[in-house]
Amino acid sequence: MKRHAVLWSLIVLAVVMLAPFAIVALNALKTPAQYASDGPLALPSDITFQGVIDFWDRVGFGQKLLNSFIISGSVAVLAVVVSVLNAYALGIGRIRGRSWILIAFLVANTLPQEAMVYPLYFLAKETGLYDTQLSVIIIFTIIQAAFGTYLLSSTYAGFPHELLEAARIDGANKWQTLVRIVVPISRPTLGVLFVFSFIWTWNEFFLPLVLLISNDTQTVPVALGVLQGQRLMDATMTSASALLGVIPAIAFFLIFQRTLTRGITAGAVK
Amino acid sequence: MIAKTVRERGSYLLFLIPGALLLVTVILVPFAMNIGISFTRWQGVGDPQWTGLDNYTRLLGDSTFWSSFQHNLALVVAMAILPTAIGLVIAAALFDVIGKRFGQRAASVLRACVYLPQVLPIAVAGIVWSWILAPQGALNEFLDAVGLGSLGQNWLGDPDVALWSVMGVLLWIQLGYPVVIFMAGLQRADPSLYEAAELDGASWWGRFWHVTVPQIRPEVFVVLLTCTIAALKVFGPIYVLTRGGPGGATNVPSYFSFQNFFEKTQVGYGAAIATVLTVLILILTTVFLKVQNRGERA
Repeated sequence: MKRHAVLWSLIVLAVVMLAPFAIVALNALKTPAQYASDGPLALPSDITFQGVIDFWDRVGFGQKLLNSFIISGSVAVLAVVVSVLNAYALGIGRIRGRSWILIAFLVANTLPQEAMVYPLYFLAKETGLYDTQLSVIIIFTIIQAAFGTYLLSSTYAGFPHELLEAARIDGANKWQTLVRIVVPISRPTLGVLFVFSFIWTWNEFFLPLVLLISNDTQTVPVALGVLQGQRLMDATMTSASALLGVIPAIAFFLIFQRTLTRGITAGAVK
Repeated sequence: MIAKTVRERGSYLLFLIPGALLLVTVILVPFAMNIGISFTRWQGVGDPQWTGLDNYTRLLGDSTFWSSFQHNLALVVAMAILPTAIGLVIAAALFDVIGKRFGQRAASVLRACVYLPQVLPIAVAGIVWSWILAPQGALNEFLDAVGLGSLGQNWLGDPDVALWSVMGVLLWIQLGYPVVIFMAGLQRADPSLYEAAELDGASWWGRFWHVTVPQIRPEVFVVLLTCTIAALKVFGPIYVLTRGGPGGATNVPSYFSFQNFFEKTQVGYGAAIATVLTVLILILTTVFLKVQNRGERA
């Protein structure tokens, strides 16, 4: 009896958590006329993708998707590379002053972006990088790598010593040891890091909002957020825009969830 | 021998060069510049004018600044304290009741439902909700439909209600994170402790409080710290939902500094706000880590 009460209250909670998604989907597929007459709660009488298509064309959504992919993909790759190099020096090389260097990276990860935004904006303008995707890629590479350095350094600190020793005896130099031994063995962790960096960069709003102002460079969240702020869209178009913002996120969730669980369990076995 | 070790370690330093270079140019130098700017009056063009501590003394007397920090405290409640507390109960119920009596599958499906808002870009979550909470939006329509129309509000437009609405949205966004972390922590909980508690006739609540919570104390600390920092940095939801309004009722320091930087072009003043926010976050992080270390040693 009691157990069923727990089950039912959790089901109610799940419904409440999902309701906004359902409402968005419901209204994105309605005609504006039906929305006007039946309101937001009615089921769409005939399903139309017109609102979604209109919105897609109006903001050039394909371009925004491409921009987001270019930025997030580049950042994820570069952040993993930089994290590996850092962690190799800190965790395996155990260079002097490593704990202070690690603290510097941790602080970099904790600083609010507000405390860097104006100088970054100013410097980007001075160097001609303002409103280029390159500026955002450089900035988020180090922000995500700051977290990655922290994560990987502790993993690498426990790296099996015999393997490194064996590579050295075989005549491998440090670079070869890194590429042939350390990277392949830590691949599951690197996969997790790649996924986190990708999703976090995809979802970023504040710095991209400030640095990317033109249609050719803006990311999906920035384009949607700016349009929303202008309050020019009608209800069905707003829900169409929200739906288009939700879909990639859910797709990543489904794709990456498997990678993440696999990565984490693979890491645990090792 | 010693000389060799030094040389060996020295060559590892080369690997740190790209990361260190980026850290200095993209994070540390801009951060130092921001502190420098906070001691000046500057419009963003021309030469900054040194004014010493003027911006900071002005901050102390600025009621917008103080109220923005009060709103920030409300967001800490909505994004850190409530999600942690509710998340503990949900995680324990999913692990202890649903997982054991109704199967792992039911537990992981329910967990995924609660977690879903976490994967949304926060700006998109804001769009979803600003539309649901609009005066003619879905929430008011729903209240009408179930005969509670009198409870309808201008959720984001009424200064007395807006902050509560924003808190509700943030709770919705944040709740999944502690649930997932706590459930992962419970995986390593010792089953024999539960059996012992059950044999002793402990109530569910007693088991929750004396067995479940102490076992995942490290996770609780991490969640509280990361969520509190996230709450202090909140910008996207405010930008999309309310723009700090109505009448400043939902303004927070990060949005307040953004306004000064880019709308009022009072760059020095914005830099001072951002610096204060940073100091607050760094102090909080240090205190948290100290307390956590002491807790672990005890």
